[in-house]
Amino acid sequence: MTIILKIILFIVLAPFLSGLISKIKNNLRLRKGQSIFQPYYNLAKLFSKAEVVSEHASWIFGVTPFIVISSALTAALFINSISGLLLLIFVFALGRFFLALAALDAGSSFGGMGASREMFISSLVEPAFCLVIFSLFLQSGSTNLTVASIVSGIALFLITVAETSRVPVDNQETHLELTMVHEAMVLEYSGRSLALLELASYIKQMILVILVARIIFPVTMPVFAGIIIVAAVVALLEVSVAKMRLFRVADFLGVAFVLGIIAVVCAILGV
Amino acid sequence: MANLLLKQLFLFDPLSIFFLIVIGIVSLPSAIYSIGYMRGEYKRGKCILAAALLIVFVFSMCMVVTAGNIFSFLVFWEIMSLVSYFLVIFDTKHVKSVQAGLIYIVMTHIGTAFLIGGFMILYKHANCLDFFTIKNICQTIPFQTKNIIFLLLLVGFGTKAGIVPLHIWLPYAHPQAPSHISSIMSGVMIKTAIYGLIRFVIFILGVNQTWWGSLVLVLATITCLAGIIYALMERDLKRLLAYSSVENIGIILLGVGLSMFFISINKPYLAVFSLIAGLYHLINHAVFKGLLFLCAGSVYKATGTRDIEKLGGLIKKMPQTAAYFLLGAMAISALPPLNGFISEWLTLQAFFLGALDVTGGTKLFLGLCAAMLALTGGLAAACFVKAFGITFLAQPRSHYAKEAKEVSFSMKAGMFFLSALVVILALNALKIIKLLAKVASVSTGIDIGNMSFSLNNFILTPQIANNVYLSAPLLAAILIIFAIVAYAVYMSFGRQKAVVYKTWDCGYYKLDARNEYTSTAFSKPFRIAFSFFLQPYRKTQKIRESFYHVKSFTYETHTTQVFKKYIYDPVLALVLKSAKAMRRMQPGSIHLYLGYIFITLLLLIVFMRKF
Repeated sequence: MTIILKIILFIVLAPFLSGLISKIKNNLRLRKGQSIFQPYYNLAKLFSKAEVVSEHASWIFGVTPFIVISSALTAALFINSISGLLLLIFVFALGRFFLALAALDAGSSFGGMGASREMFISSLVEPAFCLVIFSLFLQSGSTNLTVASIVSGIALFLITVAETSRVPVDNQETHLELTMVHEAMVLEYSGRSLALLELASYIKQMILVILVARIIFPVTMPVFAGIIIVAAVVALLEVSVAKMRLFRVADFLGVAFVLGIIAVVCAILGV
Repeated sequence: MANLLLKQLFLFDPLSIFFLIVIGIVSLPSAIYSIGYMRGEYKRGKCILAAALLIVFVFSMCMVVTAGNIFSFLVFWEIMSLVSYFLVIFDTKHVKSVQAGLIYIVMTHIGTAFLIGGFMILYKHANCLDFFTIKNICQTIPFQTKNIIFLLLLVGFGTKAGIVPLHIWLPYAHPQAPSHISSIMSGVMIKTAIYGLIRFVIFILGVNQTWWGSLVLVLATITCLAGIIYALMERDLKRLLAYSSVENIGIILLGVGLSMFFISINKPYLAVFSLIAGLYHLINHAVFKGLLFLCAGSVYKATGTRDIEKLGGLIKKMPQTAAYFLLGAMAISALPPLNGFISEWLTLQAFFLGALDVTGGTKLFLGLCAAMLALTGGLAAACFVKAFGITFLAQPRSHYAKEAKEVSFSMKAGMFFLSALVVILALNALKIIKLLAKVASVSTGIDIGNMSFSLNNFILTPQIANNVYLSAPLLAAILIIFAIVAYAVYMSFGRQKAVVYKTWDCGYYKLDARNEYTSTAFSKPFRIAFSFFLQPYRKTQKIRESFYHVKSFTYETHTTQVFKKYIYDPVLALVLKSAKAMRRMQPGSIHLYLGYIFITLLLLIVFMRKF
């Protein structure tokens, strides 16, 4: 029962986090900005609209939204334990695999571009993610705030930026052909399918932000405060840096990888 | 000598039986598949020849894994290599086949030469050929000699398995054979080399040097990464699969190497566990790679091409083949809840659990190996998104793909059999782990009587709620339930039918297959990110009518095979050069030759007197 409650809580609160980040972003830019509940309005609008499907698309295109949302929700079940985090890598990969296939399905070059870039970025994320989990695994048992946990938290933050398509890796707000990654993949989707995909990416973002908050901040601090701080940092990063060229992303994730190595070394040294 | 040979001709222990099962479950569907595949492709006589060769091939592999002494092992090993050579050059119409066969036969014999070297040293110490006697004697062999034997065997079996940089033959030979043979070669034959490594290094020789395991781990990591990066660049569907076999051999060797490492530092639990992970991936790879090769064969049969740039849209023409290929691609990309996920998950766990039991820098080493495995997994997913997406989705890129038809019943039956195995191997993970534990225990000589491999005791499993732990069927159930719930929600928001319309084309009115993303374009980010390894070459040329109007544009790109360029080509050049020099010794004069014989005789006499 608690599991179902937890999942429902995830679904209900995930769009809020997205609204919060964009609200903070807008305020930092000295704009009034959209309502903090805008993501809910968007979802409601999308759920009530009819869909347009490409004539070239196959059944892959149709089933993908369900697989993607299912993988995001499954991932939300396993964020309590270290071995669950390891599972996260694989479960996220399932959703991404189908999303990339669906992007290729309609036969537009945007989709192909998005799929290719998304797979590129995510394959570089995986080793860094694995090292972060490895470092946490070595420190498991200790709940103290250590250098190792802070470094692995920072590495995970960079991974979160890449995985949730935030600036400087990707830009959720853009629809410029040459710069979009995630948006390019879902370009052919509309209506309820798009709503499911959007919801899935909100949930994924929520999972990763919670993880970062839990790793960096001491356990005594309430999780909500941690989440809001991480969200504020994400927003600050988004307004203060420009999007990178795609091939610079490899360097960006290289930094995450090196931080992962440092985190492992710190965990071994016990600091 | 004669009774030395006859003693212990066969050996049926769990390790042998495990490999017999692997051979059986891939060969049977491939044989069924070949009925439909060969029909219409070759003349009747040639089909019968192919069937005969197939039988001898499978038989020789069975004998290799059940041989009880070194002599019969080598004999059947050679038969296996020769028969597979004939199968590689089976398609004699293509010049490529003959070239591929030549590379294969040369490399495989270099490998066998190293094996014979290793076996001769073993024989010198044991004075006997059967496995158990040698195993007993091995405890007395000094460690320097053991090191030499290990290295010889590693190179010998490594050549057959396709460890980088000895993999050079694999991407040529495997795709060139008929598809059902490719499936057996990639699925099973290269695994006999893993059998050899486990049998001779772990079982007979016994691992007591830590660097053996470390060396295998390093080689395995390099093999994984190099294999999958080359696979990503490939546009020939069967060569892509062949390179991916190189990658998977690396993953299997990660398990085996880790097991060797733990044996040498005396951690029996972890040693058994790592070997289970390796063996599990071995049988999984046999099944899904066999499946993928059969699907690639179906695509070839239906379209007449293996170049994925010319394919596309096949999911509508060949729905069943597409579904089987998708299943295989998901399994090989380690997506939950399929079988590839389970074995990669076990391998990752072996690294994680192992790191708790070692100290200092070794922890970091294991962590880095695990990270590289994760990178391999990510790249494999990208590779198979490309393979499936470009081949089966969107619009057909050529008339070959437009006119494709679904393949015949026997071919579908072969693919169905292997697809079912992919699912079975995933859902019965726990039982299989228990069975593999027996195999691993016999191979390593570790008693597993008091070890438990139940889910919450030994294997790290995520806990969902109190006392509810994750298992493969449960994960599958969770995923399916969530998908169904999402579908129910989707349906409850109205049932208006989706409008079918053109793909968004930015107002450009004739979007066709030429606008689609290609395989080369898909792999471009990887080509640039790994350019230090791939050394891509590109040339663009514009032909202009005037300054403003470009009439045509040519683009050429290819990557450099670094191992071929920096290792094999120089060696080959050296061999040719020395052959040229040696030719002076052979001017055709019979007197000179008699002189050579006389000098050789004299030297031999002196040599024999001296020692």
